[in-house]
Amino acid sequence: MAQDIIFCKTGGCGAKLGAGMLSRILGMLPQQEDEKLLVGFKGHDDAAVYKISEDTAIVSTLDFFPPMVEDPYTFGQIAAANALSDIYAMGGKPITALNIVCFPESMDMNILGRILQGGCDKVNEAGALLCGGHSISDSDIKYGLSVTGTIDPERVLRNNTCRPGDRLILSKPLGVGIINAAARAGAASKEQLDAAVEQMTKLNKYAAQILEGFEVHACTDVTGFGLLGHLKEMLGGEIGAEVEFKNIQTLPGVYELAADFMITGAGQKNRHFAGETVEFLTDDYAAEEVLFDPQTSGGLLAAAAPQDADRIISELKAQGHICSLVGTVTGGNRIRVR
Amino acid sequence: MIKVNAVGDQCPIPIVKTKEAIKQLGGSGVVETSVDNEIAVENLRKFAAHSGYGFESTQDGAVYTVTMTVGEAQEECAQCAPDCIEYGTVVVISSSEMGQGDEKLGKALMKGFIYAISKADSLPETVLFYNGGAFLTAEGSDSLEDIRAMAEEGVEILTCGTCINHYGLSAEPPVGSVTNMYTIAEKMTGAKKLIRP
Repeated sequence: MAQDIIFCKTGGCGAKLGAGMLSRILGMLPQQEDEKLLVGFKGHDDAAVYKISEDTAIVSTLDFFPPMVEDPYTFGQIAAANALSDIYAMGGKPITALNIVCFPESMDMNILGRILQGGCDKVNEAGALLCGGHSISDSDIKYGLSVTGTIDPERVLRNNTCRPGDRLILSKPLGVGIINAAARAGAASKEQLDAAVEQMTKLNKYAAQILEGFEVHACTDVTGFGLLGHLKEMLGGEIGAEVEFKNIQTLPGVYELAADFMITGAGQKNRHFAGETVEFLTDDYAAEEVLFDPQTSGGLLAAAAPQDADRIISELKAQGHICSLVGTVTGGNRIRVR
Repeated sequence: MIKVNAVGDQCPIPIVKTKEAIKQLGGSGVVETSVDNEIAVENLRKFAAHSGYGFESTQDGAVYTVTMTVGEAQEECAQCAPDCIEYGTVVVISSSEMGQGDEKLGKALMKGFIYAISKADSLPETVLFYNGGAFLTAEGSDSLEDIRAMAEEGVEILTCGTCINHYGLSAEPPVGSVTNMYTIAEKMTGAKKLIRP
């Protein structure tokens, strides 16, 4: 089957370029300033925010990647949930979406149809309108969306505005990259794959709605750079964090798969990116791999005021989110993991 | 020796193929794996290190060759120094003074105590600062340097947020993090050894 060959490559957010390399290149581009541009390149935020009037700003983002699952409809759903996620991570509401498609001309167009249907269904679930797109013929399949949302300019949730003492909350379990890697080696069970798909297709809309009611100082979504890579970006080199591995929820059997070296190249790139910032206080190789594991359509990582953290966790749990109290923002500029 | 061709394979396939070959060896021997990217070499290195296999790698153009030796006596890893944190030990500092009596003496004793625990061979897992203890993690404290030294060694430094507010101290102490009664109670009840000077 033709699609078997294409599906066996590294897909999802694991296909991202390494964060370290990207930072260097982006650092060389001129920084454009405009008072209406509330969020641009600086701070490596999830999406751009541009103020169009006193009470409205638009949030723009795009995301696309190669498949990480066999089923085209599921892949479409995951790609859309992942693209929409950046809007939620900024605290915005998606309004319109455009498809981005790379597809081999020689392949069965029904497969493309199923991918687009999956994407469209998720955009509808988000309450946004799918209103066009662009497609090119390519050797491999890639799909994603460009999404536009709106936001109150006073309520933009930056990723790098957390404060020491904040509690770090993650709204989805970790381990998607490890399960996908194990699947390529034929070592993941159906139960594990189903659990990973359930999380990847889940919109961050619902977790974002819960966060809205609380004092949240910063938010991002955890994708290709893994929990520690995204946390490093959140802290911006100026503050630190303490992370408790034992409190972090993972997909079933992920720790064991990591211990069995079902690990990705992207995870190793994330380790390089985190570099000296991360300090492991315990010797637990598998835990390190889980914390560096690239996530596709991962959860929201929020820095919440300490008095609100327990209530956020209990509301997320009440709505079926497999969430974790990851740790605490601290002084210093290291991420210390125990 | 078994040769494994993993050129063109993405992680974790090079490791999976190498593991398969090691299984085929059925004992000591050498497995030589070729890959086409450095990240795969690094992942194979981690695998070898954790499995206790000998590891060597060479590069020839775009192809890297990793040689793993199974059954070699492994040297003790130099980094595995004994962990100096004594997990389960919690120190509670509830006042800026140690003992009751003269204030000046009490403060000097507390400074000495914190210095002494920061220099001890085994450090506590957590030090809790509450009530008057909150002054010790605040800016201007005589013990700040010793507390910072412990934090750098991996000791968890927690200061009570209510106390910080009550005494009007900076909301962000210069060392460690701010905590609440829930965590303080959890740390104290969960401690294997609780030390109160």
